[in-house]
Amino acid sequence: MNEFYFIAIVAMVFVVIFQIAKASEYVSVLKGEEKTRKQNNKINGFLLISFLVLGMIGVWYCNDILYGRTLFPQGAASEHGQKIDLMLYITIAVTGVVFFITQVLLFWFAFKYQEKEGKKAFYFPHNNKLELLWTTVPAIFLTILVVFGLKYWFKMTGDAPKDAIVVEITGHQFAWDMRYPGKDGKLGKKNYKLYNQPSGNTLAVDFNDEESWDDLHTTEMHLPVNRNVKLVINAMDVIHDVGLSHFRMKMDAVPGIPTTMWFKPIYTTAEMKKRTGNPNFVYEISCDQMCGKGHFSMRGVIVVETEEEYNKWLASQKPEYFTLFPDKDPSKQAQAVDTAAASKPMAQVMPNNP
Amino acid sequence: MSTVTAHEATHHEAHGDAHQEHHHHETFITKYVFSQDHKTIAKQFLVTGIIWAFIGGLFSVIFRLQLADPNATYPFLEDFLGHWAKGGKLQPEFYYALVTMHGTILVFFVLTAGLSGTFANFLIPLQIGARDMASPMLNMLSYWFFFLASVIMMSSLFVQTGPASGGWTIYPPLSALGEASSGSKIGMDLWLVSMAMFIVSSLLGGLNYITTILNMRTKGMSMTRMPLTIWALFFTAVLGVLSFPVLLSGAILLLFDRNLGTSFYLSDIVVAGKIMPNEGGSAILFQHLFWFLGHPEVYIILLPAMGMSSEILSVNSRKPIFGYMAMVGSLFAITILAFLVWAHHMFVTGLNPFLGSVFVLLTLLIAVPSAIKVFNWLTTLWKGNIRFTPAMMFAIGFVSLFISGGLTGIFLGNSALDIHLHDTYFVIAHFHIVMGVASFFGMFAGVYHWYPKMFGRYLNNTLAYIHFWVTIVGAYLIFWPMHYEGLAGMPRRYYDFSNWESFKMFSGLNQFISIVALVVFAVQLLFIINFFYSIWKGRKVTKQNPWDANTLEWTTPIRPGHGNWTGEIPEVHRWPYDYAKDGKDFIPQNVPVGADESKDH
Repeated sequence: MNEFYFIAIVAMVFVVIFQIAKASEYVSVLKGEEKTRKQNNKINGFLLISFLVLGMIGVWYCNDILYGRTLFPQGAASEHGQKIDLMLYITIAVTGVVFFITQVLLFWFAFKYQEKEGKKAFYFPHNNKLELLWTTVPAIFLTILVVFGLKYWFKMTGDAPKDAIVVEITGHQFAWDMRYPGKDGKLGKKNYKLYNQPSGNTLAVDFNDEESWDDLHTTEMHLPVNRNVKLVINAMDVIHDVGLSHFRMKMDAVPGIPTTMWFKPIYTTAEMKKRTGNPNFVYEISCDQMCGKGHFSMRGVIVVETEEEYNKWLASQKPEYFTLFPDKDPSKQAQAVDTAAASKPMAQVMPNNP
Repeated sequence: MSTVTAHEATHHEAHGDAHQEHHHHETFITKYVFSQDHKTIAKQFLVTGIIWAFIGGLFSVIFRLQLADPNATYPFLEDFLGHWAKGGKLQPEFYYALVTMHGTILVFFVLTAGLSGTFANFLIPLQIGARDMASPMLNMLSYWFFFLASVIMMSSLFVQTGPASGGWTIYPPLSALGEASSGSKIGMDLWLVSMAMFIVSSLLGGLNYITTILNMRTKGMSMTRMPLTIWALFFTAVLGVLSFPVLLSGAILLLFDRNLGTSFYLSDIVVAGKIMPNEGGSAILFQHLFWFLGHPEVYIILLPAMGMSSEILSVNSRKPIFGYMAMVGSLFAITILAFLVWAHHMFVTGLNPFLGSVFVLLTLLIAVPSAIKVFNWLTTLWKGNIRFTPAMMFAIGFVSLFISGGLTGIFLGNSALDIHLHDTYFVIAHFHIVMGVASFFGMFAGVYHWYPKMFGRYLNNTLAYIHFWVTIVGAYLIFWPMHYEGLAGMPRRYYDFSNWESFKMFSGLNQFISIVALVVFAVQLLFIINFFYSIWKGRKVTKQNPWDANTLEWTTPIRPGHGNWTGEIPEVHRWPYDYAKDGKDFIPQNVPVGADESKDH
């Protein structure tokens, strides 16, 4: 019923506005076209300059309310992010000045040069000097922005430093999975056709590759602070995107084409809780590429912690190989060490152990 | 001299014949339905565009209801959406369908067909002095292919599994695999077929516009004497003709992947537990094909608005457009560059960083011709004698929005910043302001300015001013705060933000934006009422040249018939911007150059 009243009220308002508009048209015909036009001109000229003034106040007010909710006050949580923030500030400053000048000129000219009795417009079809001026000045400013931007761009998209920790992140409808390379520092091979072989092998890891045996499969990403991290990004089904707004990083996850990105977190989650004053703060991974009906819920969590905490966490994780092939788990093996049949896979599990 | 007169004579005769022939068998069907008169076709495009704009706008209002309060239920929605709004709650799948269709409808059906289709058809023959398009038949087909595309797209709204829901960019594999999303089932096939029809329509129209402009200008109408509207529509047609076929090929390959088991875009996929056999394709290939159209498309939408605003700003400032040649040159530069920047939509796809850097450079280069245009518009206003007709208000609004939205392009075109801002609300704010609302403003300016020529009546001025003021204030209130959401990394195309620690603090703002969107939508309804009411009941035009403009369309009768001019086509003696020259308010293009006239242009 409420909707009905709502529609009725809207319809009434429409009718009223429409009637007023019709009436004003009749009045204007009576008054004469010329006179009405001049009156409209005055009103709209005034409204234009008011719009400029109120608009600029609005811009300031909007910034006042919303600046605190952007990521600027808490600062970027990665080294790359700090550079991006600096560039954002420079770009905001440059474009802000241009925005202010051009909008003021636009509405000021409109107001100042509104039609007046007996006034003649100035015949001014072109002026090469002026046109050259506003071709070259923007070109120079843009060159500066491009040079700075590309300098950072090449640094960020270049190869990750050799000491970087490698973590693989895989997107699928609608969640993220991580894989850590384990002690050998190498991720085992994958083959999408091995999906769910054996059951539970959701990342389609090829367990014939010995390098996969110590790999860890987790659903949460843990990272040590102040260490370079390289993410290897995969997708199982459709395109996803690893969006890390706090680190100011982002990279698509494309099925069939692994991508990479690297960065260095500089604050632990605990430190960020203090910086933001939000006790619930978490680093979130958002999917930033439309991936289906659950796109909005494709949330991942990154815990940035001290090196010790990180190592402790790593040690507490069990390689996926052992969860999928429980009979090859050395901890269970120890209990059943007498069983002769079990000794052979044991040697496979720990090839470095003679 | 004799050849010229002979030529003129045959010219005239031929037209006389064509004229008679038309009067001969003109029935309701040939006059209003399968019409070959460019003016009627233009109105058909416009009315169809308005209907689509209403639908597309309504969709945005419905999905804004969801964003306003993700927990609210609206039982009335269930009444007409059925299972898509079970219990009055919009389902995520349908939310994405709405988002997708909103984009598709507004980008293609409204701002391409509705804008170029209307004004290219209407203005090209009238402003260059031709009786009709080069091929009225193809022109008519262009509309009817558009109509067919519209019917197919509309039908996709009613299929069981819903319309396409993978975003208007329809990236595979999401759009290629029915298992990945219910919108990628039959709805997606209908989308692709509809777009194929749409592209045919656009090509028929575009080829016609180009041919007409190059070959059918009246005597004296050299290229450099064409109004800027015509230049803009010319470059728009060139962009469309060269880029739409690439989308068509991309769409056809996608249809193959969907239905024939090919692997152009698919490789190594496990979807919904099913291991797909496809190997060796590249999902990124589609993005290249799509954006090779997709970026020029932005300028297909924007250039007509630029052209019309240039014309309207000059007429109503009572001053020549400043830097005519620079305006043409910058349109040309934008057209060329439009083809060379597509990969800036793909900075975070894993694109080769060096390739990315080339695209950064070319993208930011576009800011130079854009800056020239803005400063030229400002100088056009400077020392003018400005009349704030509704069209002029929208043209000024266009410039304001173009500045605001254009400047944020400098952020997004810079790849390092794009890493952070890509696919966030910052992008939504940017393109809605610069190509969505700004182009709409150009379109509104065009409608208000040429309505008297189209229907022989005026739109109601009071409603027009209300329309303008609410729309511009509303557009800024909606899109300006979105920049802040984007700076906070808030992603696009999210159905619900309430579970995100990083984004949930914007819920109040989202509610505010939705309320403003509702108001702005309501005011567009006011425009639609004004539009249709005034066709029959508007104030009648009594002056042949109501805006005191120089261009040729105002030398036709108030209600021109098929063939536009009753007598001979006027000859052109000057450029269209002789306002305030030698102390005269305006000198139309068909007035011969006086002996004592200063030779400025």
